[in-house]
Amino acid sequence: MFLTFDGLSRGAVYAAFALALVLIWRATRIVNFAQGAMAVATAYAGFEVSAATGSYWLGFAVAIAAGLILGAVTERVVMRFVDHSSPLNGVVVALGLVLVIQGGLGMIFGSEFRPAEAPFSRDAFTVGGVALLSRFDLFVFAAVGIVVVLLALLFTRTHTGLRMRAAAFAPDVSRLLGVNVSGMLTLGWALAAAVGSLAGMLVLPTELGLHPNAMDIVFVSSFTAAVVGGLDSAIGSVLGGLIVGLLLSYVSGYLGATVAPIAVLILLVVVLLGRPGGLFSRSAARTV
Amino acid sequence: MTALLRTESLTAGYGAAPVLHEVDLDVNTGSITAVLGANGAGKTTLLRTLSGLLPATHGRVLLDGKDLRGVRVEEMVRRGVAHVPEGRGVVTELTVDENLRLGGLWRKDRADVRKAMTEVYELFEPLARRRKFPGHQLSGGERQLLALGRALVGRPRLLLLDEPSLGLAPKITAQIMTLLGTLRDRSGLTVLLVEQNVRGALAIADEAVVLALGRVVTRGTDIDDEMRHAYLGF
Ligand SMILES: Nc1ncnc2c1ncn2[C@@H]1O[C@H](COP(=O)(O)OP(=O)(O)OP(=O)(O)O)[C@@H](O)[C@H]1O
Ligand SMILES: [Mg+2]
Repeated sequence: MFLTFDGLSRGAVYAAFALALVLIWRATRIVNFAQGAMAVATAYAGFEVSAATGSYWLGFAVAIAAGLILGAVTERVVMRFVDHSSPLNGVVVALGLVLVIQGGLGMIFGSEFRPAEAPFSRDAFTVGGVALLSRFDLFVFAAVGIVVVLLALLFTRTHTGLRMRAAAFAPDVSRLLGVNVSGMLTLGWALAAAVGSLAGMLVLPTELGLHPNAMDIVFVSSFTAAVVGGLDSAIGSVLGGLIVGLLLSYVSGYLGATVAPIAVLILLVVVLLGRPGGLFSRSAARTV
Repeated sequence: MTALLRTESLTAGYGAAPVLHEVDLDVNTGSITAVLGANGAGKTTLLRTLSGLLPATHGRVLLDGKDLRGVRVEEMVRRGVAHVPEGRGVVTELTVDENLRLGGLWRKDRADVRKAMTEVYELFEPLARRRKFPGHQLSGGERQLLALGRALVGRPRLLLLDEPSLGLAPKITAQIMTLLGTLRDRSGLTVLLVEQNVRGALAIADEAVVLALGRVVTRGTDIDDEMRHAYLGF
């Protein structure tokens, strides 16, 4: 039971992080390998502000806002100029960005772990002697739930959401219809990076703490979640996140924590080989 | 008559060698101009250059007498120009309704956008029955209707149409041609109509331009037999 709640709580974070990957993949056909490093960078900013002001929530807000800005800047300054003739180009640029960000963080903050405090107790409530979930887990569920709902509303109910979807699917046609495609792209990166930052703020307190590489494992899990969901599907990425979270939790609970990353890699390979369109894909997902 | 759209020695292409050569056009307000020519003559290239998707390498495009150089593509619709591209104009991942709404998103007058959408659904019956269908589930002909209807939601002054009859049944093609004539007569719509369906296009056109290898080889109100044979093949 505890493992299930723990898995869902982790899974919610992976879901948010995978969702951010999917947002960018759908808009640009780039897997943003730099998303983990970007999230860590904004988390450093957030926790610095928290430490300086004594207010967790101010730091939390700063981290999210820094995500918005970093995402927009990354798109405007770097990703915009990626040549799309080969899919490898985006990967190489994103990996370059990882090195730059992680190197920069190491130089500024050093590479020892720094504490990343949680805003709520991480002690699990117990019901009849069985540990279930903590206040922090509830916070994670609420935060991710709100973000998922807000994004869904944005994309399905607002003019901007319609513009963003159109710009991602058919840029030239969208421009002919007056959509500022380049602006939508910047907005998409900003939102995705902010969601990534949120995921970072939610996961770092449960890990060893702040470190330039702190999100590397989370990235792998979330990337697996996104692939399980089919990379193109927002709902798929959320389900994928929960699946990966549960898998990790059960495997580390029953077989030991060291086996867990291997289980994730096995899942990734199995899905890529068996159902490259994602676990939930129908046989013909897309006709052009 | 004043020219709504005018090109002067317009030259454009995709690489070093131009595809369009020194094209001069005058499209009068409230007229329908048919652009004819064999496959590869440069008709699509002409429309893409007019709407700014393709930059002109030489010459210029004037709308209302104003040079369009430096005007961004996304600005064109606000100046009253709607370009319905060849073939894949529908955003296949979006529903019929979303595609139509997209055509009016830039407009401030939301009430008139709703009115225009209602009109389109009345005009194009097959679309009204498939509002919630994603674009990729539409037939080729339905997609053409949707792309045209979406342009109309923007209430354009100048419509650039690239082979609207492609894949449409003759009866529907005839309906579209009639509709264009009606819009011209009632609201002064100006149309630049690229067509393979030469007879249909000439039946409503006020003027025709024939392109061959990226040059205007003939123009006028009637296409004489020699030209017809040489460039159009019938
Ligand atoms: N994207 C492109 N890149 C390079 N050359 C192109 C491109 N599109 C068209 N061309 C070339 O430009 C020329 C004119 O093409 P265009 O599409 O304008 O012809 P068209 O008159 O519209 O033909 P069709 O009736 O077949 O639609 C052709 O020789 C074609 O090979
Ligand atoms: Mg063409």
